[in-house]
Amino acid sequence: MEMVLDILSWVFLLAGGAFCLIGGLGMLRMPDVYTRLHAVSVIETLGMGGIILGLILQAGFTLVAAKLIIIAALILLTAPVATHALAQAALHAGILPKLDHDKTGGHIAGEDESSNS
Amino acid sequence: MLMVIGAVCSFGVALLASRMELLDKEGHPIYLLGRAVWFWPWLIWEIIKAGTDVSKIILSPKLPISPTLINVRASQKSAVGIVTYANSITLTPGTVSVELEDDEITVHAITRDGAEDLAEGHMDRVVSRFEGEGAL
Amino acid sequence: MMMFAVATIAVLVTIGMVLARAILGPSLFDRVLAGNTVGSLAVLTLALIGFVTGRPEFLDIGILYTLLNLIGTIAVLRYFKMAEPLNPAQAKD
Repeated sequence: MEMVLDILSWVFLLAGGAFCLIGGLGMLRMPDVYTRLHAVSVIETLGMGGIILGLILQAGFTLVAAKLIIIAALILLTAPVATHALAQAALHAGILPKLDHDKTGGHIAGEDESSNS
Repeated sequence: MLMVIGAVCSFGVALLASRMELLDKEGHPIYLLGRAVWFWPWLIWEIIKAGTDVSKIILSPKLPISPTLINVRASQKSAVGIVTYANSITLTPGTVSVELEDDEITVHAITRDGAEDLAEGHMDRVVSRFEGEGAL
Repeated sequence: MMMFAVATIAVLVTIGMVLARAILGPSLFDRVLAGNTVGSLAVLTLALIGFVTGRPEFLDIGILYTLLNLIGTIAVLRYFKMAEPLNPAQAKD
């Protein structure tokens, strides 16, 4: 039983670390702000989830596990808010994303047509 | 032990607040808890699928991204439902909701396929079902 | 013990990569994004260090840091939304 738990938490910790590294690599390789947001969301969901899950398996059914669950829930609740605020602020500051396909027809929700030069 | 004391304390504070009539339905959407039991595992599975896709894109040497902006219509009725939908979009790697007004969300997707999947509206329907009858 | 050390090293290397982006980052928002990400990764590092040294008190600091991270990011964005850009050409880049 102990053995199985150890192997499982090895797997989760390694997967979490690997996803963190992938996200960091994406941070360096992506061409503009909006695409880097996607790399960060990989870190903040899968990397964080893998590492916290591995730690929970090591902690067992204790207060430490409860605190780890609270940390995971808080990150999952706050990460999209921060990401959305960043994307909106970048758009309002006039940084336009590099697009291959623009399906909005130049119309962005919440903006007047006239202000969209 | 500590957890039990904490739970008792927060329950007491909630009781006091409701007696002082400080509570409203929007800040404490506790009626959603029952449906959250199937919604959260579904969302986590979606995140895992999308996350592995984005990881493959990052790791492939040619970096095959095709960034797309798309407008999506949210069919939820309440503010809680629309915010849940926008947050679900942002939480899923590969799609970020950039701008939101009334029931129209502008989404930035990292690939064209991701944008088209979102435009099909599967996630929209699931979130609508999650919001359900208990809407404000 | 070994597995915590491996995960900690992975997270630290990621922090290095993200900091490199914060230094290189052409626009302001790249740097804010990098700061936010370093905050999230610092929480993970705190949790892992708590396990490596066998002192779970670090987790409480992690909970606090998660909340402060969000507030800090929003505050910085608010500030730059209100303020005039010092150099418009730089902000456009």
